[in-house]
Amino acid sequence: MITAAVRSAAERQDSILRINLRKFTRDRLAIVAAAGVVLFFAMALLAPWLAPHDPYDTDLLRRLQPPAWMEGGEWSYVLGCDSLGRDIVSRIIYGARISIFIGVVVVLLATLVGTLAGLAAGYLGGAVDGVISRIVDVLLGFPYLIFAIGLMGMMGPGLQNIILALVYKEWTISCRVVRGETLATRELEYVEAARAVGASRTHIMLREILPNIMSPLIVVATTRMATIIILEASLSFLGLGMQPPLASWGSMVADGRSFLSDAWWVGTFPGLAIFLLVLAINLASQGLRDAFDPRLRQ
Amino acid sequence: MRLGFIVERLLQLIPVLIGISLVVFLMMALTPGDPVEIMLGDQLATAEQKESLRRDMGLDLPVAERFARFVKNALGGDFGRSFFHRRPVAEVIAERLPATIELTIVAMLIALAVAIPLGVLAAVRRGSLIDKAATVISLVGVSMPGFWLGIMLILLFAVHLGWMPVSGRIDYAFEVPRITGMILFDSLVQGRYAAFLNALHHILMPAVTLGLAMAALLMRVTRTSMIEVLQQDYIVFAEAKGLSRARVLVRHALKNALIPTVTVAALETGYLLGGNTIVEMVFGWPGLARVIVEGIYSRDYPLVQAGVLVIAVIYVTVNFAADVLYTLLNPRVKL
Repeated sequence: MITAAVRSAAERQDSILRINLRKFTRDRLAIVAAAGVVLFFAMALLAPWLAPHDPYDTDLLRRLQPPAWMEGGEWSYVLGCDSLGRDIVSRIIYGARISIFIGVVVVLLATLVGTLAGLAAGYLGGAVDGVISRIVDVLLGFPYLIFAIGLMGMMGPGLQNIILALVYKEWTISCRVVRGETLATRELEYVEAARAVGASRTHIMLREILPNIMSPLIVVATTRMATIIILEASLSFLGLGMQPPLASWGSMVADGRSFLSDAWWVGTFPGLAIFLLVLAINLASQGLRDAFDPRLRQ
Repeated sequence: MRLGFIVERLLQLIPVLIGISLVVFLMMALTPGDPVEIMLGDQLATAEQKESLRRDMGLDLPVAERFARFVKNALGGDFGRSFFHRRPVAEVIAERLPATIELTIVAMLIALAVAIPLGVLAAVRRGSLIDKAATVISLVGVSMPGFWLGIMLILLFAVHLGWMPVSGRIDYAFEVPRITGMILFDSLVQGRYAAFLNALHHILMPAVTLGLAMAALLMRVTRTSMIEVLQQDYIVFAEAKGLSRARVLVRHALKNALIPTVTVAALETGYLLGGNTIVEMVFGWPGLARVIVEGIYSRDYPLVQAGVLVIAVIYVTVNFAADVLYTLLNPRVKL
């Protein structure tokens, strides 16, 4: 009986997801944006094959070489070179790996932790809810970047620490969403039915409630990825994130700051890459939101 | 009844504040490295001297006791001495905080000044070209990394056109006796208009950089709530009564539509306070957020700790005020 109930719930969820996805594919702007995101992901994955040069290869003869269309530029170094003569295009292509990797990993980890905590708080209630909600309240009391900066200062720079510093706060976002949705769902008939036939609490949380709150969760996760990418770039810009010589977009912009008057291209293009990726994610996730959540449609 | 609500919310604030100080305390307590060694830097000291310094700083006490001491001292405004500035941390913070507050306020004002008219226009002409343009502009604003926007503004308006100063709060030629530490305010009250204009000139680019994403967000909030309000019965009634469109919009609709805008603006102050770190670094703005980042570079932990704590407390307090105001302003919320 439980399995039948579960199966029908799963089927229904499946079809809602499918209907939503069909709606999404009808939104032309969102599709173009999603294609842009896919392109960036492909760029990150295929970096070793796409990059025209070694991103770490320094050549002082090419120091601050301008982009191809300017005097002194050449087409094999389209966007010019940085202060160590490294090819900017290749560094941007490799930089996509860091931004996207951190964006994806932080969102996945934070969503996982936040979902479990939110389910527990919303469904179990009582002391569990009390403790989790207080922790969330405290973490929400810190401005995001200040919190991350403080943590990075304590833990030191590096990939693993950036991910941790961001996840420590990020999980509260999905936790709040899941808690709210769980509270709204827990008294619905199908959950009560599962309870009545003796399903365990874990079963109800993971098999009954979770599949039905997937849509808002996916929407939040995609929107948050854009924020995470900007945060990582900001940390790297401040010198607290990825360390040189690694090609991170944020630290490339920081590098370009010193040459604003004589080599504007060093900082401009990596920043443009961040902007385009984040814009594409935001446009695509807005399309997702419109398709998935009629309540949020403007 | 209302007083009861405020007191209740104030009481809820206490555990949050304790939690925040605990997190800040742990952030630094768990930092690898011996604070005494960091504080001494290159100075030579005997083992006994180090030991006595450690005792003075209370580092020999159990963690719980150290936390209690930290909270007690912080309540009295004592955050210890800055390793780098070689004077009390509270002094450094008091000196830098006004610059950060000033920048935040101006950024917020710019954001509101851009967001409200655009949001209203987009709502009134829903679906029009203006509406679509506003949506695109707001997405662009949200997607632009602050540090890059700041650098692009410097590149264009300071380096190429030479219209704007690259950094700082005011030219050295001007002297404004300190009252609040907020130069715009101080110069205006003292009638030093040339200094005021000069400071305004300096704050413009940093504030625009900081406020743009906020403007984008607030515009969307204003648009949504305006659309909602315009569909209400009392608006239809006001129009049916024959009141002019402008009067209906401003007197009847806008007043109510702005409640969410103002609330979101206050709730997102934390975003501005965080964004300050970036903007202050890019524009060499001598504020608190920059001091925190510099404190990390120089491993000045007492300063970082106090700075993070002060900003978090400001943020929580503003949120509390926003929450209370929203509840009191909104006639639909019954207490």
